[in-house]
Amino acid sequence: MTTHYLVLSALLFAIGGVGVLVRRNAIVVFMCVELMLNACNLAFVTFARQNGNLDGQLIAFFVMIVAAAEVVIGLAIIVTIFRTRRSASVDDVSLLKY
Amino acid sequence: MNGTIEAPTIEYALLAPMLVVFGAAIAGVLVEAFAPRYLRSAVHLPLTLLSLAGAFALTVWQAVKGVPTKPAAMGAVAVDGPALFIWGTILVLAFVSVLLIKDEEHFVGSAAALPGSAEEEQSLVERAAHTEVYPLLLFAVGGMLLFPASNDLLVAFVALEVMSLPLYLLCGLARRRRLLSQEAAVKYFLLGAFSSAFFLYGTALLYGYAGSVDLAKINLALGSVGGQDTLLYIGAAMLGVGLLFKIGAAPFQAWKPDVYQGSPTPITALMASGTLVAAFGALLRVFWVGLGGLDWDWRPVFYGVAILTMVVGAILAITQTDIKRMLAYSSIAHGGFLLIGVIATGSAAQNTAALSGLLFYLVAYGFTTVGAFAVVTMVRDAGGEAWHLSRWAGLGKRSPLLAGTFAFFLLAFAGIPLTSGFFGKYAVFQAAVSGGALPLVIVGVVASAVAAFFYVRVIVLMFFSDPAADGPSVVLPSRGTAAVVGIAALATVVLGVFPQPVLDLAHTAAQSLFVR
Repeated sequence: MTTHYLVLSALLFAIGGVGVLVRRNAIVVFMCVELMLNACNLAFVTFARQNGNLDGQLIAFFVMIVAAAEVVIGLAIIVTIFRTRRSASVDDVSLLKY
Repeated sequence: MNGTIEAPTIEYALLAPMLVVFGAAIAGVLVEAFAPRYLRSAVHLPLTLLSLAGAFALTVWQAVKGVPTKPAAMGAVAVDGPALFIWGTILVLAFVSVLLIKDEEHFVGSAAALPGSAEEEQSLVERAAHTEVYPLLLFAVGGMLLFPASNDLLVAFVALEVMSLPLYLLCGLARRRRLLSQEAAVKYFLLGAFSSAFFLYGTALLYGYAGSVDLAKINLALGSVGGQDTLLYIGAAMLGVGLLFKIGAAPFQAWKPDVYQGSPTPITALMASGTLVAAFGALLRVFWVGLGGLDWDWRPVFYGVAILTMVVGAILAITQTDIKRMLAYSSIAHGGFLLIGVIATGSAAQNTAALSGLLFYLVAYGFTTVGAFAVVTMVRDAGGEAWHLSRWAGLGKRSPLLAGTFAFFLLAFAGIPLTSGFFGKYAVFQAAVSGGALPLVIVGVVASAVAAFFYVRVIVLMFFSDPAADGPSVVLPSRGTAAVVGIAALATVVLGVFPQPVLDLAHTAAQSLFVR
């Protein structure tokens, strides 16, 4: 029964992963990372149900807090670079290479 | 559901070093909120240095009192021999890096002001400074302490984030070349968040496999749970991706040169030493305590990663024209050498030799790398630090002492006898040979030879070419920077000539192995 949820979580994780690789806007890339974290949460909660213990549900709370902290830091960094360059495209930040 | 939650017992004395560092970080945030601007850095600096020194004293006290045989805090944190040794190393390296960070000219006065705007001018005139650097640094160091000691994948994930999030911010705070600095922050943040998502999904799959995120319970489940191998293998691989990213091992090394180049140099010094030490501690614990029963499956993968890392690091370093990027690629190659130690750590008798060699290598490399980046902060021209290698030509004729010290650090990276690098490599390679990883050692020796080529090239450039007419000047170092270079040079000499005490200490730390 729980398999459906695991498949959904794997799908969400894959969509997030592909999004990080193909999208250009730093905000969208970052949203895709958040989608991956939420896919992890779904997997944790499903496994908690499957294993019959509460660990996974507790872990989901920790992950939400970490994700919230990450949003604060991430948006600060992305907004700073947007103000400097007037662009949030990850292709434009290319001064450092080779 | 049978979930009644028990009240946890926490051994506060065992966790005291971390609590001191986190406590000081929180006190630093309060200082930021309540102390007047002119007082802040005067309060922050002693607070930061004292807390790091205090945490180091507590770590030593803990080690003298006896290493506990059981994990602390309900099995979440393992304070064992290797963890205490790694804590001591990180705390000393962080202390030295703070002396470098003390020169606030490295950091932007107002991060929110656009580069080149009137606001930025104003912040320079007002001598504004982001003293938040100190509490951020302490939070990062606290995360570094927790990461290698975490005996539970959830704690490892939280520690990974506590370590990384402040570093993402610190990367973007360089005063000069701010576009590069901001770019480094964006790249480090997006790639770091991406890799920690992999770590977390790996954790979820292993939780599904073993029914627990406790490393000891996962290892126990390896023998008893059947028919769920897909979860196990994919989970282990994803954990590996997250951890190898932090180390900067070969398929995941792309961020390292960019971030090391763009960040303020003192922060680069902290990342190249402290983060690397912490990440190797965590890698050892996750793979030997949590997945030790699976080593026949992951060891060949690590073989490939180690070889690729050494080759990529050594070969790409040759083509670099920027001193910080060159040191970053050198750090990647050293990550490969250290991975040999991780692979050689194995069966019980073999364990101690390989593990103690690895611990010694981490100390030796950490000091040398902080020293090398401290020298980089001192060679400047009109635009700030002179990063391009051509600008370093003839430096040995202008300031022989500084160039000589830098040459010495480079020789230590290359692993020339009578430097700390030699004994580090020797200890790791010897353990690997007796552990049957001879092919790896051969690749390691060849990669060291290739690496020696580009280190020597810089030395030749400094001493045997004529200085450019408008060449960079060496600034008179502040007391902090001079102390950092002095301490690093001293450590490199002492560990190279008289390594026995530290080797013994590493051996004692490795002897008790990991608590489970």
